[in-house]
Amino acid sequence: MRNVWFFLLALLAAAATFAVARLINNAYGFFAGYVVLQYIVLATAWNILGGYTGYVNFGTAAFFALGAYATVVLHKTVPLLPLPVMMMVGGTISGLIGLAMGYLTLRLRGTFFSIATLAMAVVAQTLITNWNFVGGSRGAYIIRPSQSPIFPGDYIQYLFVVMLALCVVSVCIARAIEQSRLGYGFSAIRDDEGAAEASGVPTLRLKLIATTLSGGLMGMAGAPLPYYVTYLDPTSGFSLSYAVNTIAMPLIGGTATWIGPVIGAVLLGTLQQVATVTISSALSLLIVGVLLVVFVVAAPKGIVGWFTR
Amino acid sequence: MDLSFDLLGNALVSGLLLGGFYAAVTIGVSISFGMLDIVNIAHPAFIILGSYTAYIANSVFGFDPILASIVLTPAFYLLGAAIYHIYDVSFERRGDASIRGLAFFFGVLFITEVTLVLTFGVDYRLVDAPYIGPSLHAGSIDLPLRLLVPFGVSMALIAALQLFMSYTFLGRAVQAVAQDPMALRLMAANPSRIKRIAFGLSIATCSVAGAILIIIQPVEPSIARDYIGRIFAICVMGGLGSFKGTVIAAMILGIMESLTSTYYGPSWSPAVAFGFLLLTLAVRPSGLFGRG
Repeated sequence: MRNVWFFLLALLAAAATFAVARLINNAYGFFAGYVVLQYIVLATAWNILGGYTGYVNFGTAAFFALGAYATVVLHKTVPLLPLPVMMMVGGTISGLIGLAMGYLTLRLRGTFFSIATLAMAVVAQTLITNWNFVGGSRGAYIIRPSQSPIFPGDYIQYLFVVMLALCVVSVCIARAIEQSRLGYGFSAIRDDEGAAEASGVPTLRLKLIATTLSGGLMGMAGAPLPYYVTYLDPTSGFSLSYAVNTIAMPLIGGTATWIGPVIGAVLLGTLQQVATVTISSALSLLIVGVLLVVFVVAAPKGIVGWFTR
Repeated sequence: MDLSFDLLGNALVSGLLLGGFYAAVTIGVSISFGMLDIVNIAHPAFIILGSYTAYIANSVFGFDPILASIVLTPAFYLLGAAIYHIYDVSFERRGDASIRGLAFFFGVLFITEVTLVLTFGVDYRLVDAPYIGPSLHAGSIDLPLRLLVPFGVSMALIAALQLFMSYTFLGRAVQAVAQDPMALRLMAANPSRIKRIAFGLSIATCSVAGAILIIIQPVEPSIARDYIGRIFAICVMGGLGSFKGTVIAAMILGIMESLTSTYYGPSWSPAVAFGFLLLTLAVRPSGLFGRG
């Protein structure tokens, strides 16, 4: 019941956000806001695996880009498919990749999983670069429709609303997990996997649920990307900045609760948008790297840790 | 038929030489990850840093890149010792090395890469040395000095490290930390200090590895990432911390990559390391030469 109330509240907050954005009615506002929303989804998805179970995923860019490339394929084969359906497909593909990765490496120590995800990003990029159907290393062009299909307004507003809805869904999933048996199982794994296994927690199965869910949400977040950028090439789709951002945001916000990644994503995402416009994009990435190192060294519980005792 | 035999022979030999180079790139991780259990994923970034210091020594001052890199190893040692100090104070003593330690090194990797991009741009850089152009020939097999010299330097580096580990007091202390830090503490030795020295050594190898990297191929900051998969694949397959295993695993990977790029095209070779890594993790996680 509490989850239902939370869902309604989150929906209300999302509606309010969109109403404010419509009032300001600045096209750039929608473009910048979309990126921040996308990072809320990515940070929350990462945190389901990284924050709750303690397994670090460096391959965010791979899950994200596979979702995006699923859309490129669908756009070329069945262009009339509505965007939410494409997102479901992208999410399913990334989720299955997450399941397979987890199955191969999660029985070992956590660091092996992390290293494997890092290497997986390189290989997924190699495969896409060598796949001519989706443009190979030349990249793919996608023509963005001019009008939103469901309400009057520009298509970017539609993308904004879709991403806002995905935010609501992923935050609600994260919060529901936190207060369920699943969440207690996850934190048992994080605190002491051996003890959890010995007390009858089905650790492998729980970890596989976490990787699948996390990978799936990342894929869904990536699926609208081709329509947003209109030109997608492997180097930008698999950019390491997605991985470093998605790790920095939950760690800066705080990994223990659902609100941490949201705070981190809003702060860091906005900061980056401002820094990219005013200074340069390389420098804004440097800021993220420095903040990440400073926070993990000096404030291990993140911003949320400042307010809880 | 004769032609394809030559092709195979050349691919095998260049793979072997390439593997020798991979061993130099990996040996630092065999120390930090294999012996000290520190997952230093920023290692390739320090290798690229080594490439750039060799590049400056070569293009600005006109020194030989390899000699310059050997002279610069103490600076890299100090850098490594400083990084280990931060890591030790922030994570190991709090008993919280796993997630935050990984994120820490990931941040360091990223900062190093972006700083290099901001300083040098994303152009490919080259060095100049008398052994870069010519090749030796043995029958139909080509032996380019550009690969042969790095191979020799790499083997010398690893032999020196192996001698250090086996015959000096400090080297044995490092092995003792790898085997049982608790027992070392009971012998009234300070594991932190020994780990700092060992980690400094592992980063010091980056200077030499970076110099031979820039001899083999042109370097730009983001190629560090291509090496992460290779390095850890070799390290895990070599059985974590065994120098002999590292060399053999590196040569197997070098030959596999060379065959792949000869017969399927060079754009596929990054995938080989990953397939290799996943296969090792799935089938035999203790590596080919592991103890368990």
